[in-house]
Amino acid sequence: MKRSREINSLISIGIVGLIILFGAPLSLDLFSVISLTTAISLAILALSLGLIWGFGGILCFGQTAFFGIGGYAYAIAALNFGGSTGAIIAAVLVAAAAAAILGYFMFYGRLSDVYLAVITLTVTLILYSVIRRTSGPEYKIGIAKLGGFNGINVPPINYPWDATQFLYPEHVFYVAMVALLLAYFLCVWLTKSHFGRVCVSIRENEVRTELLGYDIRFYKLCMFTVGGAIAGLGGIMFANSIGRITPDVFNLYNAALAIIWVIIGGRGTLIGPVFGALILFYLTSFLGRQAVVNINLFLGLVLIVFVLVVPKGIVPSLVELWDRRKSRRMTARSARRMRRRGRSRVKEVQVED
Amino acid sequence: MRTNVVLETRSLSMHFGGVVAVNRVDFSLRENELRCLIGPNGAGKSTFFKCLTAQLRPTSGEVVIRDFNVSGSESHQVARMGVGIKTQVPNLFDGLDVEENIWLSASQSASLKRSRVITSEVIERLQLGDVRKSQLGSLAHGQRQLVELGMVLAGEPWLVILDEPTAGMTQEEVIRTAEIIREINKSATMIVVEHDMQFIRMIARKVTVFHQGQILLEGDMDEVSADARVREVYLGHRKTS
Repeated sequence: MKRSREINSLISIGIVGLIILFGAPLSLDLFSVISLTTAISLAILALSLGLIWGFGGILCFGQTAFFGIGGYAYAIAALNFGGSTGAIIAAVLVAAAAAAILGYFMFYGRLSDVYLAVITLTVTLILYSVIRRTSGPEYKIGIAKLGGFNGINVPPINYPWDATQFLYPEHVFYVAMVALLLAYFLCVWLTKSHFGRVCVSIRENEVRTELLGYDIRFYKLCMFTVGGAIAGLGGIMFANSIGRITPDVFNLYNAALAIIWVIIGGRGTLIGPVFGALILFYLTSFLGRQAVVNINLFLGLVLIVFVLVVPKGIVPSLVELWDRRKSRRMTARSARRMRRRGRSRVKEVQVED
Repeated sequence: MRTNVVLETRSLSMHFGGVVAVNRVDFSLRENELRCLIGPNGAGKSTFFKCLTAQLRPTSGEVVIRDFNVSGSESHQVARMGVGIKTQVPNLFDGLDVEENIWLSASQSASLKRSRVITSEVIERLQLGDVRKSQLGSLAHGQRQLVELGMVLAGEPWLVILDEPTAGMTQEEVIRTAEIIREINKSATMIVVEHDMQFIRMIARKVTVFHQGQILLEGDMDEVSADARVREVYLGHRKTS
């Protein structure tokens, strides 16, 4: 019963994803498609944090570091390679490698959760300060100038292995949406696998998992690396939707925002963080168009309300609400049936009399 | 004689700052033995247990399991050698169900197909069928202890080290646990760290008494309970629990 519901919800997520994939460019104007692409790239980032925090118990406060590294690596590689195909692969690998190196020291050094959060946050803030100071022409990798706080203009994605044919923004949307769907189903598969189940057990109880004979350092490192790769993929899509990558991706605001998406969407689910990112993206861009409420004030309020009222996040709470309604309906139905049966028995008894 | 010694400590010491919790302990365990470790609170039993399972790195001395020095190892490496470990405080996956808990233990060494078989066998053996889909966090204390025992069993260990397996159990559960332990002992060597003398009487063959970080006495249950020193340090100070 539980299993079939899981499969049903996965199928419906897939269908909704495909509808958005094919429907959005047909029904939306170009500006909306571009901003949806940006939202999707952030959703990929949220997904990566949802994976490592929700299923690996790793509270990474600087998931944006790998997102930004992915974006920068893509821009630098695309400029140097003169094409995007190899650059995408290289950028994902660079983000994964960055996560692997940082993760190695954190997990094999057996850092506790709090220190891990602090260190990851510090890493992203260090990247922010360093890259902001690279505005001089001497700061370049190959032919790509890092550009300081102005960032790098990102060459758009081209057709695979054909650098003369650039994708239009609508087509970049397709790539981003497919990337999100692939990353989502990869995460689903991962969390259902033996590896993913062991990671969940680490989240539940590290000592126990270790005493069962699992090397928890290794499992956490793998999970963290996969998360870094997915965040990097999000960064590539982000750079492409905006057309530019700047050091702002590494700043404190964005690092905190990623955490807020996961909290609001629901930790322990994969679709929750995706929703969280999409909802907050549209909410903030809507609020950005008016001048009555300060956005940051509003975001703070939303976070406080969620932590106090809906601590599990939107998706888990909705599922719970649905279950409760359903079980109430079921008990009402069975009560009615019992009453009917009772009445007919009374009739039988009377006939016998 | 030495050939079938499977676990040995050589002059094992563990200091915490100025406190000597375990003091130059030489201990050896032979294959298929069921050994109980007893001693009053603070005698160093649990520290000794943590050194055996590599949760603590001893200050000096060695722990040797099957001719392999594990003093510098990580605890998952000890577990991988086929050692089943149960800690004093129930250490379980509270957010997961009984089946998943046991499956996670079985699938560490066995194939996925085989671990499903092991999981249902263990659940049947411990009569946990009614709660197989219940979350661990919602179970009563005694049942949780049983599940943890099940997790030890599911790893199909040849050496089992249990720290206070009956803590907080009802009388019936204690009797049931004693049965299970005797059964496990048919196929595995065991060390049981315990507090409850009644329980030890049910299972014990050979008992090692700890006192102030050292081995005070080793012998069978009658010898041990007849010994005047043991009465003084252990039974005399016995906690009402």
